[in-house]
Amino acid sequence: MADKNKKVVLYALSTCGWCRKTKNLLSQLSINYQCFDVDLLKGEEREKILQELKKYNANLSFPTLVIDDQIVIIGYDEEKIKKELT
Amino acid sequence: MIDKSLIDYWYEKLKKEAEESGYFLNPDEEFTKSLIEGLLINQERFGYFACPCRLASGNKEEDLDIICPCDYRDQDINDYGNCYCGLYVSYDVYTGKKQIKSIPERRNLKKKKREITISTLKLSLPVWRCKICGYLCAREEPPEICPICKAKKERFERFI
Repeated sequence: MADKNKKVVLYALSTCGWCRKTKNLLSQLSINYQCFDVDLLKGEEREKILQELKKYNANLSFPTLVIDDQIVIIGYDEEKIKKELT
Repeated sequence: MIDKSLIDYWYEKLKKEAEESGYFLNPDEEFTKSLIEGLLINQERFGYFACPCRLASGNKEEDLDIICPCDYRDQDINDYGNCYCGLYVSYDVYTGKKQIKSIPERRNLKKKKREITISTLKLSLPVWRCKICGYLCAREEPPEICPICKAKKERFERFI
């Protein structure tokens, strides 16, 4: 069963294949998550989200999934995502 | 939205070009076409094929190393079996012997540049290296287009 009480934030790019796989997996698992497609953000808003992402992943790579502000999963890692969220 | 026929056109074109020069496109056609769609979106946004899985700055100078095929493709295919976004794969992945996976970003990792000191060597011409495929040539300037992988002049570096 998916744990719906966890706070799940996905930093992604709208054009990225691995980000798409991550989004599909989260939907499949019926996880509620907040998603930022950073390439679609502009100006200050993009900067703000990038600063936020930097705290979890200094390399600023995508996808980066953050669970409860603590667990950080960089790249598409199906096993890890399932382990943490189901 | 990118027209489906344009994606199909680029899919066939890139597949043919890859195979002619010893590279392989990811055999997962749906995934590959989604990446090509990303490339075409970036082409519309920036005027060049910035990697769909990296955040491009929009400044061509800064983004040169991540214009597809990126400077990191060959090393990533060697080390992992696929490039960062998964568009290009190794022969083992192409033939289904190995699976593609999401790999670490090597772009921003600070690494020492390999330097060769050849103090006694006197060359009559500089040697230029294509950062995409490694092609070397000794001439006054790099070629307009790499004869091996068709990368543009701007992707060459002075090697010796």
